[in-house]
Amino acid sequence: MLLSLEPRGQESRAMLWFSPLLAAVLTLVSGSLLFIALGLDPLLTLHTLLIAPVSDMYGVSELMVKTLPILLCALGLAVAYQARIWNIGAEGQLLIGALAGSAVAVNVIDIESRWILALILLVGVAAGAAWAGLTAWLRTHFNANEILTSIMLNYIALNLLLYFVHGPLKDPAGMNFPESAMFGDASRLPLLTEDGRVHAGVYFALLALVAVWVLLQRSFVGFQIKVLGLDKRAAGFVGFREKGLIWLALLISGGLAGLAGVCEVTGPIGQLVPQVSPGYGYAAITVAFLGRLNPLGILFSSLLMALLYLGGESAQMTLNLPQAITQLFQGMMLFFLLACDVLILYRPRLKLRWARRQMAAVPGAV
Amino acid sequence: MDIDLLSNIFFATVRCGTPLLLVAMGELVCEKSGVLNLGQEGMMLFGAVIGFIVALSTGSLWLGVVLAILAGMLLSSLFALVALVFNANQVATGLALTIFGVGLSSFVGAAWVGKPLTGFEPIVIPWLSDIPLIGRMLFAQDILVYLSFALFAVVAWTLLKSRVGLIIQAVGENPNAASAMGLPVLFVRTLAVLFGGAMAGLAGAYLSLAYTPMWAENMSAGRGWIALALVVFASWRVWRLLLGAYLFGFASILYLVAQGVGLAIPSNLLAMLPYVATIVVLVLLSRNALRTRLYAPVSLGQPWQSGH
Repeated sequence: MLLSLEPRGQESRAMLWFSPLLAAVLTLVSGSLLFIALGLDPLLTLHTLLIAPVSDMYGVSELMVKTLPILLCALGLAVAYQARIWNIGAEGQLLIGALAGSAVAVNVIDIESRWILALILLVGVAAGAAWAGLTAWLRTHFNANEILTSIMLNYIALNLLLYFVHGPLKDPAGMNFPESAMFGDASRLPLLTEDGRVHAGVYFALLALVAVWVLLQRSFVGFQIKVLGLDKRAAGFVGFREKGLIWLALLISGGLAGLAGVCEVTGPIGQLVPQVSPGYGYAAITVAFLGRLNPLGILFSSLLMALLYLGGESAQMTLNLPQAITQLFQGMMLFFLLACDVLILYRPRLKLRWARRQMAAVPGAV
Repeated sequence: MDIDLLSNIFFATVRCGTPLLLVAMGELVCEKSGVLNLGQEGMMLFGAVIGFIVALSTGSLWLGVVLAILAGMLLSSLFALVALVFNANQVATGLALTIFGVGLSSFVGAAWVGKPLTGFEPIVIPWLSDIPLIGRMLFAQDILVYLSFALFAVVAWTLLKSRVGLIIQAVGENPNAASAMGLPVLFVRTLAVLFGGAMAGLAGAYLSLAYTPMWAENMSAGRGWIALALVVFASWRVWRLLLGAYLFGFASILYLVAQGVGLAIPSNLLAMLPYVATIVVLVLLSRNALRTRLYAPVSLGQPWQSGH
């Protein structure tokens, strides 16, 4: 092999943060190659994908709208992943949060009180947490692998949502479309600007960002979560309660995903529809890893992911490219990140034949 | 219940269990060698879309199957590079592979959604297929189902009776010892991962060329994940894998049964059944932690490098 990997002996702090950047650059490069292969102008396409969507104020406000659910889900996942609890279920937890919130909202359309909104949001958070709680229960009581159970619960949640939106929650006056009635004004999150769709959910996201940061970086519980993630046995020896921590991590994770879901239906959408989420919960997995499970890193990576979502839409409209380009870039980025992470523990060495011979000639060198 | 309905149920059970059996066999070999590849869903989808596009544009179903297998292997080689050579976390790499495969297949297949294709037709074997109850199930299937029977025989024999099976197992149980004995651990694991990719690609081709001859985004609907649960269900034993695959096949066609006996349950609720069944099975099987630990390959999911 031309390239060899040499153990560094310890983690490289620089590479820890350089690797996500490198992954992003590699994604852009391979994306450009893909565009060239498709006969598109790579610069123009990248412009359409990443710059055009946010070139005006409306675009920026849409970016914030899209960032919100991704950020909330990814923050929750970060808590779970720090404990090495592989919650893949943010998508399902988001959907259940949206479903439960909507179930309340369609029954209180005529009530004017602002407290109704608080109730709806609380129900959404609780439902998301409960859905994740199922995974926690299956893991702590039956030792069932949380990756598989949380994935299965995603599919179950999606089918539940479809059932309700085609059945009990369908708007009776809705021409038989699979949609709920539009929520009452009192059940909608207030908008923050005159034009654009930025809503009060932004405050929740900021709050969640700070809360997760404090939890992970400054609290004893966060310390316990991290120890559990690094070494389960060590956590056991010092008396941290593993089951309790698993529950906590999953409940926080699910609650935040549920909040993301209920904010979507009470915010930009305003009713329950089958397509509440274009895969935000799955995108959040990439975002959490890309942000290094660090709240601040996650803020940046969720902005990037939201940009990709917007770019996918604009590429579809102006260049007739499939919207799936968003997921494709997502997957590429995560893949490149994992590949680049090899640089954290290893140093790449170019191994040319003549170089090796030279080295062999010097006594003492390997 | 009349005998025709039962015979139909058996027939559909095997049809529905076939993609699960194919992916699960690949994953079983992979896990036996100590590698946990969560990318099955992504490889399966990529196989399905490539198989469909090739078959529709060349008119050759078999060329579609072959390229679907190669497509699955291509993606699995990415996994092998990142997880085995670069030693990345296998769980994260597998997830990345699934996310990548889902995105890639939707991207590649966007222009092919809903196009009609004449898929593999059933090959009805005379007389044998007239046997009551099991005749249609075993002898009126399409060629890929027959191929899955043959592949099962090969995989079962290889794992249980052959030297290759022993080598795979040695590498999965104790890579250090295997390496000390002179077995090329990473090479064996890479081949196992590639085999897993090939089987996932074949399973994808079965979906898009035989089971429902068309392409739709996410058409594998979690089968790659269910197959992962199946391997746990089977306690890493090949015969129980066969049983499990058809059991899940049965769970997925329960809506037909419900219709057959005149039950009116909303289809979205019935569609949950395979996923609920997966959770139930995982609960029943994982309850006893000791048992899982006894049967699972010892080095499953752990990165390994020579010289440690």
